[in-house]
Amino acid sequence: MKTPIKPKELNVSSRISGFDEVVSCYTEKEALAEAERCLQCKNPACIAGCPVEIDIKKFIFQITRKDYRGAYFTIREKNNFPSICGRVCPAEYQCRKACVLTKKGSPFASEKAINIHFLERFIGDWGMKDIVRDVRGSTSGGGRTSNISGGGRTSNNVSKKVAVVGSGPAGLCCAGELARHGIKVVIFETLHAPGGVLRYGIPPFRLQRDVLDFEIDYLKKMGVEIVTNFIVGKIKSLDELFAEGFSAVFLGLGAGAPSFMGIPGENQCNIYSANEFLTRVNLMGAYKFPEYHTPVNIGKKTVVIGGGNTAMDAARVALRLQKLNKMKPDVNVFYRRTENEMPARRPEIGHAKEEGVNFRFLVQPVEFTGDKQGYVEKIKCLQCKLGEPDSSGRRRPVPIKGSEFEEPCDMAIIAVGLRANRILTSVTPSLKVDKWDDITVNSGTMETSIKRVYAGGDIVGGEGTVIEAMGMAKKASKAIIEKLA
Amino acid sequence: MKIVKKVVLTRIRDTRITKIEMHAPLIAVKAKAGQFVVLMVEEKGERIPLTVVDTDKDRGTITLIFQELGLTTKLLGKLNAGDTLYALVGPMGHSTEIKNYGKVILIGGGVGIAEIYPVAKAFKDAGNHIITIIGARTKGLLILEDELKTISDELHVVTDDGSYGKKGFTTDILKDIVRGSTSSGGRTSNNVLVYAVGPIPMMKRVSSITKDFNIKTLVSLNALMVDASGMCGCCRVSINNEVKFSCVDGPEFDAHSVDWEELEKRNKIYEEKEKHICKLSTK
Repeated sequence: MKTPIKPKELNVSSRISGFDEVVSCYTEKEALAEAERCLQCKNPACIAGCPVEIDIKKFIFQITRKDYRGAYFTIREKNNFPSICGRVCPAEYQCRKACVLTKKGSPFASEKAINIHFLERFIGDWGMKDIVRDVRGSTSGGGRTSNISGGGRTSNNVSKKVAVVGSGPAGLCCAGELARHGIKVVIFETLHAPGGVLRYGIPPFRLQRDVLDFEIDYLKKMGVEIVTNFIVGKIKSLDELFAEGFSAVFLGLGAGAPSFMGIPGENQCNIYSANEFLTRVNLMGAYKFPEYHTPVNIGKKTVVIGGGNTAMDAARVALRLQKLNKMKPDVNVFYRRTENEMPARRPEIGHAKEEGVNFRFLVQPVEFTGDKQGYVEKIKCLQCKLGEPDSSGRRRPVPIKGSEFEEPCDMAIIAVGLRANRILTSVTPSLKVDKWDDITVNSGTMETSIKRVYAGGDIVGGEGTVIEAMGMAKKASKAIIEKLA
Repeated sequence: MKIVKKVVLTRIRDTRITKIEMHAPLIAVKAKAGQFVVLMVEEKGERIPLTVVDTDKDRGTITLIFQELGLTTKLLGKLNAGDTLYALVGPMGHSTEIKNYGKVILIGGGVGIAEIYPVAKAFKDAGNHIITIIGARTKGLLILEDELKTISDELHVVTDDGSYGKKGFTTDILKDIVRGSTSSGGRTSNNVLVYAVGPIPMMKRVSSITKDFNIKTLVSLNALMVDASGMCGCCRVSINNEVKFSCVDGPEFDAHSVDWEELEKRNKIYEEKEKHICKLSTK
């Protein structure tokens, strides 16, 4: 068996002096070599590991035949955003984990598993350059465009209009699917720029902004209208959207509200939610302050609390800010379990370590203390040990009595998860939610308790991944298309 | 998002309070007293919240009033009628719960006067007896006196330096009123609401006065915000020791439950950076 091909990565010192993308795209040679490693299993397990069931076996085979165009359409048949998913999909928990080359019973993919995500990205980026250029060049919108859009246009759909609320992964995916079928889509976004978590959350070094802009632009070319600065629930109710002629509504609201730990001192200055910290930097450009006007503070000793992708993103952004401001990098991730239980993507944990982020495992913060001006100075924690597995199957952290210790910390970023944003659900009483305020749906159609209102992404079932959100959005779009037919 | 009209309300040396009327027909229809909008002057700019002071559904406009303090309000102040903002979204936050309490005492300090105006109007329309107390550092910085006079049953004006109205603070007048030492004084508490917007020390003082008399008191908090849609938690405040987000849970809260000290400290987080960027921009 040949060794897996790793794409080139930016060296650590250039990485942390800016926000450039860390992982490069495979070269053609690399992609071909990696594709050749695929066993082309008779009964491929990888496909079932993909939330949108991309025909992985087929597109990898097409790569080996240098049929990149074919591979592109194989992916796009199931996934509108190969360039995005190839970058941010936690493949080691999904398709790659299902790959036969992963050792049985392993919690995530073995190194030997085919690098499906890198191949997907190669094809997505290839498509951005070589296929879509054709579409962009064509003003008529016919010909090749209909090839891209799947040729699903049906005349009786043209008069139908669907509102998509939220422009994150779920909303974008749903809009793309509907547009492919000739349905007029209007996306409503509260913020001034579309993309949702792809823009405010995921930093540019993991997802280059031109890739995101390209995909959004592409939707617009397919006829999707995007209205920013529009907060559904405040400026228009769902009833009003229907009254204005929308035949259905898809809610991709996201899990927009940050959780805090509820420990003493948590509201002191320089304690950020990861959402605030990342939004200031990624969406508002605070790393270019004062050219961009939104400020963000930078700690000399920063503690990030949490073990998910958001924690990794926050830690790596914090480190870059220190470096950009000529400070000695000192960012410390505190997590209450061990590395094995961290929900973050394995490569991102690896990147964070390479870049100099320190990790403290089995620690649980119990208090922040600060100075007279209200700025955080210290974090108090308890040491933990691992106990019995909890409902998630991961071993539960158990604080050890009397193990309290203190660490200096002049900035803290809380990345312990998100809750549902209630702006729309709170003004729409007939929209059923569960005890976490997530929207309740029919799992077959993603239809909510209100007829012709569908939902998907993190607002259904809590925090998930980009591709899971897209999976739900696809299911919803299918149901919407059937309903409107 | 286009500015249709601009009026400089007051100007003393480097202090300037400006009123702008924005074309925003959808917001004009929906915004209610107590709500705010978020705007960006330019693409590289900050998102800042401003209270909707007035709406005109027929003209499709909303009115905003701001004092030029930080860089963003200074940039906003440079715009003129015909100019367009980069972003404008709203209405955000909860609106004031308007009902007939009997008597409503509204206190506005500085540019906070602009924020009590729509609330005073709504309470007046609901049949309340309106007592308004407005204060400014000096005569030249006092705004909306005439507008408030027409909707108030009683209007008290104070200035810190005594250049106009009574010399002193809005809270001096409030104390007199709640003590029942003025003509309109009532004993207390069930048929009175106090509503205050102004600098934190003023709201804090109002709160401590009315707490002693057990008078229900609402304040509209000016916590720092980014998205203002509940996504970031920058504007978190402690209300009865519970974390609330000013943007989606507020901006109004029961004054007696607010952790004022915390708010005061949190609002200074970027003071240094703000000074720095303002200095750069005047160079």
